[in-house]
Amino acid sequence: MEKRTRADTFIEEISAIPGGEGIRLCIQCGTCTASCPNADRMDHTPSQLIAMARAGMKEEVLSSNAMWHCLSCYLCTVRCPRGIKQTDLMHALECLAVREGSSSGRTLTPAMYRSFNDFVYSLGSLPEFGFMTWFYMLTNPLRAFRMIPVALSLLRHGRLSIKARRLTPEGTNQLKAILDKAESLGGAS
Amino acid sequence: MRYYTYFPGCSSSEGGAKAYGWSAKAVSKALDVELIELDDWNCCGSTPYSSVEELASFCLSARNLAMAEKRGLDLVTPCSSCYVILNRTNSHLKEYPQLKAKVDEAMAAGGLEYHGTVRVRHLLDVFVNDIGYDEINSKVKINLGGLKVAPYYGCQMVRPRPSFDHPEFPQSLDKLVASLGGEPVPFPLKSRCCGGSLIISEEALALELIAKIFDSALSNGAECLITPCPLCQTNLDAYQRRVNQKFKTNFNLPVLFFTQLMGVAFGLSDEDLGLKTCIVPAERVLAKYL
Repeated sequence: MEKRTRADTFIEEISAIPGGEGIRLCIQCGTCTASCPNADRMDHTPSQLIAMARAGMKEEVLSSNAMWHCLSCYLCTVRCPRGIKQTDLMHALECLAVREGSSSGRTLTPAMYRSFNDFVYSLGSLPEFGFMTWFYMLTNPLRAFRMIPVALSLLRHGRLSIKARRLTPEGTNQLKAILDKAESLGGAS
Repeated sequence: MRYYTYFPGCSSSEGGAKAYGWSAKAVSKALDVELIELDDWNCCGSTPYSSVEELASFCLSARNLAMAEKRGLDLVTPCSSCYVILNRTNSHLKEYPQLKAKVDEAMAAGGLEYHGTVRVRHLLDVFVNDIGYDEINSKVKINLGGLKVAPYYGCQMVRPRPSFDHPEFPQSLDKLVASLGGEPVPFPLKSRCCGGSLIISEEALALELIAKIFDSALSNGAECLITPCPLCQTNLDAYQRRVNQKFKTNFNLPVLFFTQLMGVAFGLSDEDLGLKTCIVPAERVLAKYL
């Protein structure tokens, strides 16, 4: 009888998310790593991350900062000789890290994404000023203070709206019904 | 007159890139393009939603696409992030039937159906391919007389799907600049990343990427940059001082939306173009054309 390993289970979880299935195709050529503008800031480079995931190192992969430093610039995706959607694969790992509650504490990107999504969920649109203020206050009020010059220059040039764009009440309800249903269906996998 | 359904996105409607929305509309009018805004559209969710809440991200896009589908026109957005996210939903719904089943079920909760027929276009694509460089050139009232422009494409308009331009060495903005009488400078980093939304959570890392882009533009003689992306514009413009402080540099490069530069060449009023919203003043290099 075929024996299922830890690695098999992790690969299956990743593969079930659209774009994640490419993990099986990687030939470890390193093109993604060579193309990534942030590879040197990651705990593990994109190609290392794939190798680790295939070795079943779930904890190490999901708690790393690597996928949170992905810029979604898609350079790896257009260059991959195996046609792996590498950026989507990074997103799949982010989704799994959130699902497992193991997001890296050494980057503020998960918290930033969460703040952004909370605003979009409740309003249907993104009020940039409110979102940024909320995020800085939540994570590092000192940075909020340091952001004042940038905020002031945006304000002076008429680029900060305090008021959020609102959908119609029907639109808001419709969107909520759709998103709540999506939530009840679990993730994309 | 050509008609399109218009999806401004949060930044270009009431966000930090209002001037992009204003200039997009003014230039479209000059080119006989009618942009009809999609009623009651919602945020596309951008990178944050697609990174951590996959299914909800596809649903956010699908609602917009379903509403656009009823109109039967191409859906045009000036925002590179909206462009990549809406297109991603289109292609993923075709490629992954299981995902489509879930999205369909969620959409039904809102009384909507999406059949996958909407073509999502970037505004630049519409201008250069539907209207064309010759037609654009024929509207020029004030020739830009050799203004040296670095065409900054950024990432998400040209990648990851094959679109209207090359994913690494795109040309459309270069040709657009030339059709306005300007001179597109060679710009090796024209489609490299500005740091995107990581400017908020990982500022140091993004500032480094921005500095490299300025360096590439300036060393090739650029007097200003143009971009088709609200986030790229904000990162390069609003954070330029931060870059200078951090790296002891002296960059002073105006960053315009490509629609603003077109508007200047078309002789449109500043009121329509919002040039004063640029944080690094644009008047300095544009004075002779205004």
